Amino acid sequence: MTSQVIIQAIISGILMGLIYALIAAGLSLIFGLMEIVNFAHGDHLMLSMFSTFWFWMLFGIDPIFSIPLTIILMAFLGVFTHYFIIRKILNSTMLIQICATFGLAVTIRALAQFFFTPDFRTIKNPIIQGKFEVYGVFIGYPQLFASFVCLFAFILLYLFVTKTETGTALQATSQDRQAAEILGIPSNKMFALGWAIGLSCVAVAGSMLSNYYYVFPDVGVNFSLFAFVAVALGGFGSINGSLIAGVIIGIVESVGGLLIDPSYKLLYVFAVYLLVVILRPQGIFGRY
Amino acid sequence: MNLISKELLQAKNEPLNYFNKNSLIIIGIVVLGLFLYPFISPSKFALHLLMMIFMHAVMSQSWNVLAGFSGQISLGHAIFFGIGAYASGYFYTKFQITPWFGIIIGIAISAFIALLIGVPMLRLKGHYFAIATLLIGISFQVIFQRWPEVGASAGLYVPINRDSPWLSMQFHKNKVAYYYITLVFFIITFFLVWLLNRSKLGYRLKAIRDQSEAASSLGIHVSKYKVIAFIISAMIMAPMGSIYAQYVLIIDPNNTFSADISILVLLISVMGGVGNIWGPIIGSSILIPISEFSRIYFGGTGRSIDLIIYGILIILICIFRPSGIVSLIPRSFREREKVK
Repeated sequence: MTSQVIIQAIISGILMGLIYALIAAGLSLIFGLMEIVNFAHGDHLMLSMFSTFWFWMLFGIDPIFSIPLTIILMAFLGVFTHYFIIRKILNSTMLIQICATFGLAVTIRALAQFFFTPDFRTIKNPIIQGKFEVYGVFIGYPQLFASFVCLFAFILLYLFVTKTETGTALQATSQDRQAAEILGIPSNKMFALGWAIGLSCVAVAGSMLSNYYYVFPDVGVNFSLFAFVAVALGGFGSINGSLIAGVIIGIVESVGGLLIDPSYKLLYVFAVYLLVVILRPQGIFGRY
Repeated sequence: MNLISKELLQAKNEPLNYFNKNSLIIIGIVVLGLFLYPFISPSKFALHLLMMIFMHAVMSQSWNVLAGFSGQISLGHAIFFGIGAYASGYFYTKFQITPWFGIIIGIAISAFIALLIGVPMLRLKGHYFAIATLLIGISFQVIFQRWPEVGASAGLYVPINRDSPWLSMQFHKNKVAYYYITLVFFIITFFLVWLLNRSKLGYRLKAIRDQSEAASSLGIHVSKYKVIAFIISAMIMAPMGSIYAQYVLIIDPNNTFSADISILVLLISVMGGVGNIWGPIIGSSILIPISEFSRIYFGGTGRSIDLIIYGILIILICIFRPSGIVSLIPRSFREREKVK
């Protein structure tokens, strides 16, 4: 095994990891705000991939141009989800919260199977395609572009949360809901905003993924599992943590697949989760 | 009836866990009716439907023992279903050990696996445990998909044996036997869970669920009892896997270790009412016919109409009736004896 192969694995791991990171950031943001794990996160990813696909299929809009449209759609979906489902279960037990988001996941996936059929679809001839070679290491343009966009979105998210007034209000609500309400921050609006942002993250990741990944109703399952692991590794509620955790998971997945056996890729990532929750349950940057 | 006792009763959110004389008679008549049913109307579909309802009620009861008694939410209960199916199927296929004994092997292996998973994992709180079980459940599926000894992803085909139906637990001419086997397991399970509910162990588990710090300060070893609940739960689940394997005679990782089973048992319990021994029966009697009938009317096209209905029902239940359908039954009817 040459060093080139290992470098190749690490680079593709990082490129994929940045996408996991953005998905995990959305999940982490929602959890940090209201301590609800969105088990439908992967299915929201699937929806945004389908949204990108249909924009291309029906109107011929290339994935790189339909990102804003998908973001708007998903942000609205997030606000709707909050107002019609999440708002009503905020004070329920954890079991009910898990069940509600699980029910949402089951519904979304089943609806996707019903309307879109379980076929695998791809976007043919997107603007960004092909690959280039550096010192024997192949890098695909769509993958590179996707991870740059995800990193860019991540930086925007970070700047929004830390630098803007709304972002600090969001952080305040996430740290102490009651205290924030006393200061006049409407927590309900912040939650809705959190869902809108969380699903926008997924929308960016989904649009970029559909550039080179198959689109089908079950596509979100593995991504959401990796996002759970990333969120646990980075610390539930920590947005910075999910960036590093996402990249670590991407590398573990591809290097583990290279060194041991690619058919057990999922297990290496799951092993990371089990190690983290046993050894350091609060994660790398966790608050809890 | 004074006010205090009424308030106490209302605070205790466990309806229908007590029997009075009338309800015992009703239960007796229903059980007798279920035993006589195949003689009255031997429609194959009705028997299949009832059998599926019983089976899922037991599977869901298994989940309910863990969640309802100890408060831990497992999203990977298909592990034990799969182990049960593989244990009986594997030992019958390779060593011609009768599936009846295979059921016991399955229970033993499930209990052991539950111990292995439970000891490190049940220390985790809430979401961490739920996600851990979800991931472990999928890991089992991945491992069995690639384990050549048990047939990898093609699975095991249980060899057909026409000579000794009872020994091989295969009934090809008449499916009624499967109906009775599931019915007996169903009744035994519910009786045992009812006993557990009234036992000291049951009270300790419920104390842990409601106030784990308080229970711990009273000298209850919290993590030990959680592991016990997990093991009991696994032991209830495993025989259903074995029976299912003998019923369909094909065992593959995608129909036994599937995450869909884990989710289904959770949905059934939540639908009926978590922490209530009647919850799984009610949930299963509502959800299973939906999926069986949708399969008839819409065909197995993979368009999953039943899942759409399930999902929407669960969301509605979570929003409007978090304590399940059981709570729709008027309290005065449920606890007539106690209120007196």
